[in-house]
Parts: sequence; structure tokens; C-alpha cells
Amino acid sequence: MTQTVGPTSEPEAESATAPKDVAPAVANGVGTSSVRTLLTRNLRTSGIYIAFVVVVALFAILTGGTSLSPGNITNIILQYSYILILAIGMVIVIIAGHIDLSVGSVVAVTGATSAVLVIRHGMPWWVGVLGAIGVGLLIGAWHGFWVAYVGIPAFIVTLAGMLLFRGLTLRILDNISLSPFTTEYSRIASGFSNGLIGGAGYDAFTLLVFAIAVAGYAVSQYRTRQASVRYGQPVESMPLFIAKIVAVAVVVMAFAWQLAHARGLPYVLVILAVLVLVYGVVTKRTVFGRQVYAIGGNLAAATLSGVKVKAVNFWIFVNMGFLAAVAGIVFSSRSNGAQPGAGNSFELDAIAAAFIGGAAVTGGVGTVVGAMVGGLLVGVMSNGMQLMGVDQSIQSMVKGLVLLLAVAFDVYNKRRAGASR
Amino acid sequence: MADHILEMRSITKTFPGVRALSDVTLAVERGEVHAICGENGAGKSTLMKVLSGVYPAGEYEGEIVFDGQVCSFAGIRDSEHAGIVIIHQELALVPYLSIAENIFLGSEKRGRLGLIDWNLANAEAGKLLRSVGLAESPSTPVGTLGVGKQQLVEIAKALSKDVKLLILDEPTAALNDTDSAHLLGLIRGLQERGITSIIISHKLNEIVAIADHTTVIRDGQTVETLDMSDPAVGVDRIIRGMVGRELDSYYPERESHPGAEVLRVEGWTVKHPTQDRLVVDHASFDVRAGEVVGIAGLMGAGRTELAMSLFGRSYGSYVEGKMFLHGKETRARNVAEAIDAGIAYATEDRKKYGLNLIDNISRNVSAAALGKLSTHGLVDANEETKAAEGSRRSMNIKAPTVSSIVGKLSGGNQQKVVLSKWLLTDPDVLILDEPTRGIDVGAKYEIYTIINKLVAAGKAVVVISSELPELLGTCDRIYTLSTGRITGQLPVREATQEGLMSLMTQEKELVG
Repeated sequence: MTQTVGPTSEPEAESATAPKDVAPAVANGVGTSSVRTLLTRNLRTSGIYIAFVVVVALFAILTGGTSLSPGNITNIILQYSYILILAIGMVIVIIAGHIDLSVGSVVAVTGATSAVLVIRHGMPWWVGVLGAIGVGLLIGAWHGFWVAYVGIPAFIVTLAGMLLFRGLTLRILDNISLSPFTTEYSRIASGFSNGLIGGAGYDAFTLLVFAIAVAGYAVSQYRTRQASVRYGQPVESMPLFIAKIVAVAVVVMAFAWQLAHARGLPYVLVILAVLVLVYGVVTKRTVFGRQVYAIGGNLAAATLSGVKVKAVNFWIFVNMGFLAAVAGIVFSSRSNGAQPGAGNSFELDAIAAAFIGGAAVTGGVGTVVGAMVGGLLVGVMSNGMQLMGVDQSIQSMVKGLVLLLAVAFDVYNKRRAGASR
Repeated sequence: MADHILEMRSITKTFPGVRALSDVTLAVERGEVHAICGENGAGKSTLMKVLSGVYPAGEYEGEIVFDGQVCSFAGIRDSEHAGIVIIHQELALVPYLSIAENIFLGSEKRGRLGLIDWNLANAEAGKLLRSVGLAESPSTPVGTLGVGKQQLVEIAKALSKDVKLLILDEPTAALNDTDSAHLLGLIRGLQERGITSIIISHKLNEIVAIADHTTVIRDGQTVETLDMSDPAVGVDRIIRGMVGRELDSYYPERESHPGAEVLRVEGWTVKHPTQDRLVVDHASFDVRAGEVVGIAGLMGAGRTELAMSLFGRSYGSYVEGKMFLHGKETRARNVAEAIDAGIAYATEDRKKYGLNLIDNISRNVSAAALGKLSTHGLVDANEETKAAEGSRRSMNIKAPTVSSIVGKLSGGNQQKVVLSKWLLTDPDVLILDEPTRGIDVGAKYEIYTIINKLVAAGKAVVVISSELPELLGTCDRIYTLSTGRITGQLPVREATQEGLMSLMTQEKELVG
């Protein structure tokens, strides 16, 4: 089952029944793939990971290792978590061929809702959370209604939403900040699980959680590979497969080691991990996810394949509203209050994360994991430049250029792919 | 010797792999109305694109002599300068601009300081509108006019350019009877003013009524030029020239055993989505299990519109009519319901409406059958791969794996992916719209073989095709469609290309 065959060989498990009529010229790539084919065949998706590694290494060198210190890694996560949460929803919106400019304002208005409930009315923290999520869902339904059922371009609907909900935030907060939250509420974003099962100078629980996660990842990857082999699909060769798992394990455990030596496992990271897992499955494995890709890839073909385009578009925006509310809760919790200007320009960071992470401007392409790496790439870059004391103006310019280059890369790739047929 | 305003001599135009025109000759007399006839894809439009400079000199072989001079047009501007104006089937007007703005687009009336003199432009436009018999203000936005009136604006625009030779490509295809009659009257009026016209049309009655000569083109070659003043030359005579295309593919043998009726359509009527006219007009037909039924019709006859409106009302607005599946009335109001009811429709334009070109074979094949491949909304990726892999083998899709990107496959293989997608929904009725368009002969044969396998398995198949030999080679029964109406039904052994063509061009008698 697990021989290691070169890239041009026939699929091993099924070779007895393999079609004999496939011309040798097109049989390339059947069977297991080497590192080279793995990288070159999917430059669009692998490019972002390579870029990420380069950026991390670059700033580790430039900052003399400070950027990879336990404290700083924890900081990056806390600081960019809400952008990453927004990016999950945003990449789905973008895959379907839309855009959402309102999420910054939605972050503000949901944070304000929860602040009003918890701070002004003294409700328990969970009432604030539920209130914020309820408002987020309503706003999502509002956008979804106009985009899906009235047929107004999302750009316009959410541009209107951006103004509308910024104004609503000012209204709710009477133009002033509300703070501080109760300790329970502020623990959502700034809380850590530490010392649960001890450890000398480090948090053993953090390491344990990550070890379980790595093991789970390895098992699920192995099972996927086995299934692929069983169905005669091409897979990476075994040494490459093991190397990939080991590489991921090493990176993740190194990350865990650093976290464990800082303040332990941030709750925010747990929230984020759960969201990434759930939405990874939603986009890749569910009928809904498939329909999102189908709509973005070819709207007419999706319609003629029986996809209920209006309903799917509606729920995409409801979902974006939900995630914007989660981001709003995390942000208000982290800043320990609600400000009228909260979340300003978050939409741009989330959109940039999705595009840098490989989403296509024309829709139909993009992944949640890509958007996470894209968001982290921007995060690591900004953080590194801050550590180096680079001026704000330069930071902004660098971010702009990175976004432009990422999309230029995508357009170039597409033109090349188009030219081949 | 007749005075020829235009002579095209030995025009040959090749595209990569295809010879679209070979040694075509066309001679048009000054001041006449000259019709060009031919089946879909015969090369009429290509010839006109050569003439108007869309394909510039050098991209074709042969010689164009216009008004006594050998011409080599580098583009549309050159040919317009010489006095040749072409009005395409898809009108080239900007809907948000006014009639006057459209007429003078690109040749604006300039006054002082190079600014546009709108008073002059509107006055000129008004004169032109009167000459084409259009009673509208020059400042009316074109988008608010009906197609018939827009057509007249196009002609007014042509007149503003001192046209000597006006080419009209299917001018009446989108018009109702009154508008058609008015337009034909106008063309006669232009003739009196010394303007020569070339009309490309599928409506043979119109041609007989208006043309002085008719040139028939078939498979990129001139067949003949008919003198329409000869009383013996009528619709039948033109049809004889148009058909008789050689068999360019061979058709696999099939034994026909039609079973019980699967699909029956009664009085199906559909309106155009934006214009006030019927695209499908009380169409009735039926298909049996294990039977291939063909629908023959020329461009604009409403074939695709009929099919798509049956497929979950995905075209136009439903007016009336009933659809029965296995004798039970079915109201499929959207595509999902149509698929559930057991109907599948493989589009004529697979790239635009059939496939997600940036995605892989597997996910394209499963796109219409995700419900079957999933439990609780979760897609079973293994079952999906298995299904796609099964299709790849049974359909002989030439791709290394089912994760190959569909956009990179050849046309024939893309078509097999489309068919796989619909077979996976396990339909009772498959409507195949131009199933072999744009694919090579070998792949065509494979598609025919697949169709035969489907009917052998008891499916009911409807084939829509522009190629009459294809219908004659694959079908058991053929319906003909003309301007949205079913004009005839023939068992294949009684059908001939001539017979079909004459039914396909049958239309209501012209008024006036």
C-alpha cells in the first residue's frame, strides 16, 4: 500500500485495473509525487507558505531573535487574533465573489453592544457575548438580504453598512468610550490557561494540548492518505509524507514550547483553533462549502447545477456577521472596553489577509488556512517592523506593496494557466 | 455586363486547424438587395467579417474589389470609410446614451473649441430618424427602445456615415412580425436611394420577398448564386442549395426500442426575459424511454430557450404549458426541483454555463449530485472520488487523475465531464444541447457512443443540434422548431435534410 514510487509511475494500488488508454504524455503526475512536483504543481498555494517562512526567518534575523521570543509570539497571537477571525469569514465571502467592507464597523457595534450590556447594565459576561453575537447575526442577515435577494453588489451594500454601523456604534456609546469590563469578560481575550498540571518554568498543559493536536493531525493525514491510495488517487511518497508531518510537528511543538515558556495557552488561541478547524471542514467538506466555491468559480454553471445561489449568498453574509461579532467580542475584551472608533480599517486587514493567502479577486479560489497564513504574514511583518522601530509610514507602505505583489502573483499565475489552454 | 459594386474573389480564411472559408466568391450588383444563406456555421459571418475588415487584409487570401478598387482594409474604420457598414445581430449600441449620441459615437459633430455641438447633432439625428421612419426624439436613451427601434437607430447610424453598402446580419431574428415588415420596407426604400444591401438571414420567406440575388454558402464554399427574379426560384430552391452537407462524422449503429413515454410537454410557452415577445410558442412534444429525439432549428428558433425553460424555468418567464414526467404533471420551478424530478440539461456553452473551469474534474462531476454524495451536509470525499474516477474510466476522459483542472482539458474531454456530471444525477430525461459543438471528430464519435449507451439503459434523450446530419445520424424522431413553434415531427427514416430545412424555415406568412 505504501511503496514509494517516482512521479511518473502508474498508481500502485489500482494498477491492475488502471485504464490502459491514458496516453503516456498525460500520465505524468499519476502516482506519488516528489518534493519538486509538490512545490511546482501548486505554486499558488505553496508560494504563500514559502513566503511566510522567509518573512519569519527574515525578521528573526533582523530583530536578533526577539521576534521569536516566547513573549512576542504570544503577543502576535493576541494582537492579530481578531483580524484572523475576520479573515476566516472574509475568505468565504471572497471565494463566493463578494467583498465585505463593513466588518470593522460590525466589530465596533458588536463590541459596543456587549459593553452596554455588561458595563452599563451590569449583566453577566455571557449575556454580553450572546448579545453581541445576536447583533452580528442580524447585521449579517441585513447584508445578506440586500446582496442575495435584492441583488445589490456586496461592495455597495457593505460600504453602506460600514457607514451605517459606525454611526450606530457612536449612537449606542453616546460618542464616548465605555470601560472597563468585568474581569470575567476581559479574560476571553487576555486569559491564559496556565499551571493546570504544573511544570517547572513552563506550562505542561500547553505542551500536552499541542502534542494531542499534532498527534490528531498526523492520524487524520495518514487516514486521508490511506483513503486516497485505496481510491487510486495520487499521494506524496511515504518519506515525503513523513517529512511533511515531522516538519509540521516540529514547527508546532517549537511554537508550543515558546508559548509554554511565556504565559501559557491563550484562550484566544483555542477559540481561533476551533474556528479554523470548523471552517476548514465547512469550506472543504460540506455541501455548503462546495456551493460557495461553485458560485465563485462560475455563477451560471452553479445555478444550472441546482445550487440555490440566493440562499447560499445570504448565509455567507450571516456567517460573516457571526464571525465579525466573535471578533468584536475578542477585540472589546482585549481592549477592555468599547470605543467609538474600534475596529477602524479592520476590514482592509482581513481582505488583505485573504488575498495574500491566495484568494482570487475573481472568486472561486481561496482557503481558510491560506487566509490565516496571509494574516499571520502581515502580522509577523508589522510586529517585526514595530520591534525594529520602523516608522509607521514605512510599515504602511510595505504592507501595501506586499498586498499588491501577492495579487499580481495571482493574476500572473492565472494568465499562465489560461495560456496553457 | 452587370455593374458590380462589390466583388470578393477566391476568399480563403483559415483558423488554426479549421478552414472556415475556402475559395469563396461573391458578386453584388450596384443598388440591389443581395441575400446570403447557409446553415449555422456555413461561414456567412466569417465572410462578412473579412469584408468589413474585422479580419484585416493579410489574414485571409483572395481579393476584394469595392466600387472598382481593390481594397485591403486594416480594420472596421477603413471599410466604413469606404462606405461599407455592417450591422451585427447583437446590436452595438450603448443603452444609456441617447439616440443622437449613439448615432454620432466616434464621429461626433464638433463645433467651436472642439466641443460637441449638440444642437447640430440632434438636428442631424432628427433628420436621419425621419428617413428611417422612427418617430422618437433624438435625446431618448436607446435602452428604453425596443429591439425593432434599436435596429432602426443602427440603420440611421449607418446612413450618417454615407453608407454605400449596408450589411445586415440576421436583422429580423429578434423582431416581431410588424417590426420585421417595417424593416424590410425600409431596406427597399434604401434601395431606391441607391444603397446596396447584403442581408444574411435564416428567414427564407423574407429573402424570397426582398432579395434580387441570393448567394448560398455551405461549409465555407460558395454553392451558387440564384437570380430571384426567376419565378422558379423559391424557398425550396434555396433549401436545396443549403443542405446536402457531407457526412463529416460517422455514427455508431444502434437498435431502437422505444418504450413508455417519459417526458411530455404540452403548449409550453415562454416569454423573453426583457422583451415583449414569445420565444417559445405553444410547443408540444414527447420523448419515450430508450429513444433519442432531436430538435432541429436554426439560430434564434428558440431551441436552447425551450430546453432551459423546461429545466427549472432557467430561461425567460414562464407563460403557460404543462410538463409531464412518466405521465405525472411536474412543476419544476427551479433547477434543484428539475434535477430532483429527473431532468438533466447539458448546456450548449460548456465553458460559460457548464463547468467551473478553475476547479478539478472530481468537483465538477459531483457539482449537481452533492446531495447524493453527502450525509448531513458533509460531502463524502471518498465516494466523490470514486464516482468521478468511475466517470473518468467509463467516459474515457483523457486526464491523468480526477484532480486535474477542467479548464486545461480539451473540448471533447470537457464535454465528457459535463455529461458525467449529469449522469451522476441519475436523470430519466437528458437534454443535450449541441453535444458535439467545437469538438473533434473522434470525440464526437465517443459522444454518440455514450448517447447510445444511455438509451440502451432506458434513458430518454433529447438532442438539440445545428447539424442536420448529426440529428439524422443519432435520433429516432426529429421535431423542427421555427420562431418558437414546433413546425413538424418526422421519424428519422422519413426525414431528409431538405425536408427538415423546409420545416425549420417555415414561418407565418409575411404581412405586406
